Amino acid sequence: MKYFYFIWKNLGRKKLRTWLTIMSIVVAFILFGALGSLSAAFTQGAEIAGADRLVTIHKVSLIQSLPYSYVNRVRNTEGVEAVTFASWFGGYYQDPKNQFAQFAVDAESYFDIYSDLLSLPEEQMESWQNNRIGAVIGTALAQRFGWEVGDRVPVTSMFPQEDGNRTWEFEIEGIFSAEASGADSGSMVFHYEYFDEARQWDKGTVGWLMIKVADPQNAGEVADRIDAMFANSPAETKTSTEKAFMESFMKQFGDIGTITGLILGAVFFTMLLVTANTMAQAVRERIPEMAILKTLGFTDRSVLVMILAEAVLMALIGGLIGLGLAWLMIGAAASQVGAFLPGFAMPTDVWVQGLIAIVVLGLLSGAIPALQGMRLNIVTALGRR
Amino acid sequence: MKGLTQIFTVSAMNLRNLPQRLGSSSVAVFGVACVVGVFIGVLSMASGFQRTMISAGSPDTAILMRSGATSEMSSGLGFEEIQIVSQLPQVRRENGEPVTSAELYVIVDIPKRSTNTSANVPLRGVEDGAFEVRDGIEIIEGRRFETGRNELIVGRGAQQQFAGLDVGNTIQFGQMEWDVVGVFADKGGLSESELWTDVRVLQSAYRRGNSFQSLRVKLASEDALEALQAEVASNPQLDMDVHRETDYLSDQAEPLSKFIKGVGYPLAVLMALGAVFGAINTMYASVSARTREIATLRAIGFGAFPVAFSTLLESLILALIGGVIGSLVVYLIFNGYTVSTINGASFSQVVFDFAVTGDLLVQGIVAAVFIGLIGGFFPAVRAARLPVATALRET
Repeated sequence: MKYFYFIWKNLGRKKLRTWLTIMSIVVAFILFGALGSLSAAFTQGAEIAGADRLVTIHKVSLIQSLPYSYVNRVRNTEGVEAVTFASWFGGYYQDPKNQFAQFAVDAESYFDIYSDLLSLPEEQMESWQNNRIGAVIGTALAQRFGWEVGDRVPVTSMFPQEDGNRTWEFEIEGIFSAEASGADSGSMVFHYEYFDEARQWDKGTVGWLMIKVADPQNAGEVADRIDAMFANSPAETKTSTEKAFMESFMKQFGDIGTITGLILGAVFFTMLLVTANTMAQAVRERIPEMAILKTLGFTDRSVLVMILAEAVLMALIGGLIGLGLAWLMIGAAASQVGAFLPGFAMPTDVWVQGLIAIVVLGLLSGAIPALQGMRLNIVTALGRR
Repeated sequence: MKGLTQIFTVSAMNLRNLPQRLGSSSVAVFGVACVVGVFIGVLSMASGFQRTMISAGSPDTAILMRSGATSEMSSGLGFEEIQIVSQLPQVRRENGEPVTSAELYVIVDIPKRSTNTSANVPLRGVEDGAFEVRDGIEIIEGRRFETGRNELIVGRGAQQQFAGLDVGNTIQFGQMEWDVVGVFADKGGLSESELWTDVRVLQSAYRRGNSFQSLRVKLASEDALEALQAEVASNPQLDMDVHRETDYLSDQAEPLSKFIKGVGYPLAVLMALGAVFGAINTMYASVSARTREIATLRAIGFGAFPVAFSTLLESLILALIGGVIGSLVVYLIFNGYTVSTINGASFSQVVFDFAVTGDLLVQGIVAAVFIGLIGGFFPAVRAARLPVATALRET
């Protein structure tokens, strides 16, 4: 530590060069933070998935519905603690461009099963249950359209009512908030009874089931049991853990992780070269000086450590500024995309990985010059002058 | 004339000396190569997606869906409506028959070949007219499905991306088995991501009665669209929107292309900034390595401008080499690389190729030139301003 001032002074010897290098590192770590967070936002749905939750969908595809009777049959299956269900509504508000997610659900059991992710104030839940056409919305959705409790909103659905009208009226009875980062607060849920009684076709069906198992250890067996129950029926099912379901859905977007990984790899490698180049130049210029240091009695090791410390310090300054800027940018973007990409924020993981990357970058870029410095022979080095 | 000779001499000398500064020069080259590579790579994804979405659309085809429907998935049409529209005068007729295809669009779950995870693959039920409405369809293996049978033909892209779709295979969706009897191409368009079968068979398999989701019609002429729209709007029995197929497809493509470009351009700008810093550093190093050389040149009568110019030229050439390497690598690796992703608008998979177009290559090289010019400018100024006397004494 006592050499810190010396290292600091060395960094400032060619200010322009040091700053240019630091700026490149800043850019690299802005990208690191931004891309890392983007990729995390895509995968975090799977991360917050409950280990004790299963999802049952129609085997042929998610868009096909299941008979309502399945709800009770699954409820009575061994190992199942609770069941709830949802149906896709496929609607928009006023203009087809204003799409958002709406689900027809069973109020009580839906919020019970998702109690770790969503929370709705008790009194709002009560008034919602007393209003047949009531609906509750997430905080991000409320913000998006400026809706408030008590508002009456029309939503046009792909499902027509019995009279052919496809615009359904809802009364906002409550606003639920996301308990975990990444939980969906951009959607609206309303009573299944209202929906099922009034719709023209597909009556008596539900979209998919969410199941809470008694013991997460047995989740696999329970899933198999449910699927076996409906095997060879007109509507066979596919049951998987919520995590597996989310992951397979996210995989449908293609391999976002690989693409961001490739980009980051390219960026990191470039920055490594830029920093290494700067360090090599810095060391080359200072060869006579280092020889003098050694003459004064500095050991080979302390010369090595000093050069490495200089490289790490430079990486640290650039990296932290970069990560900090990325954090600010994401904070600003999060409110813009909250409805589409819930929980877009810079996770702790990215900070930790970023710090590790900073140290690795510093050490790698300083390695060759530091070794050169260590191996320096006093006599030849002094003679070069 | 003398000035030109000087510029030429100094520049040539400078470039011949480049190998001596190989280390730091290759850093600049590599930096620019990475930037240009990522830039072209990301944009080629956007352009490939766009090309697939819209290339097979035709301006004299109209697509009709229930009014307000944002995609075929959320649409629904009755048989009577289809009948009425088919008889309208704006619909082209061949041999007395209207050229139309009423279609059903559903999704089936088929694993991706590469990851073995499930994917929403579109399954489309079509009428015979579909092969006339879409004039680019070509059977490239096997034969067409037969009317009334559980037979499928699969798009070229779908066959490549999803498991078990080879001709002769049987696949099962729920209780029904389907034979794959052919593979088709559609000029690289969206249909190549789909599976097709007879619409009547699909209606009964999915218990859709006699309903459809979309109707595609060939227009009597390209400008018959407005007339058809007016006709449909004025008929109280019809509750439909009429879109030109090309417009509809580009609307469907918009959100995802926007997303890719929205991420891609800022990414490229940031990376370019990083590369500029790297390039400036390299060029300053080059100038300081040549301090004595430059001072000597100045001392024997060379002007400041030729010296500055040679530095700028060096930077430009390094950036250009980097740009060419970057574009070449991306072109060789990514051009035609096939991927698939889910398109939010239709909730189903789209198979597309990365398209490294000439246009993108030019953009990449232009970016490299900019990086080279900006990176070389300040070092060039410094080279020109070097005080001759002190510089000569430098080590």
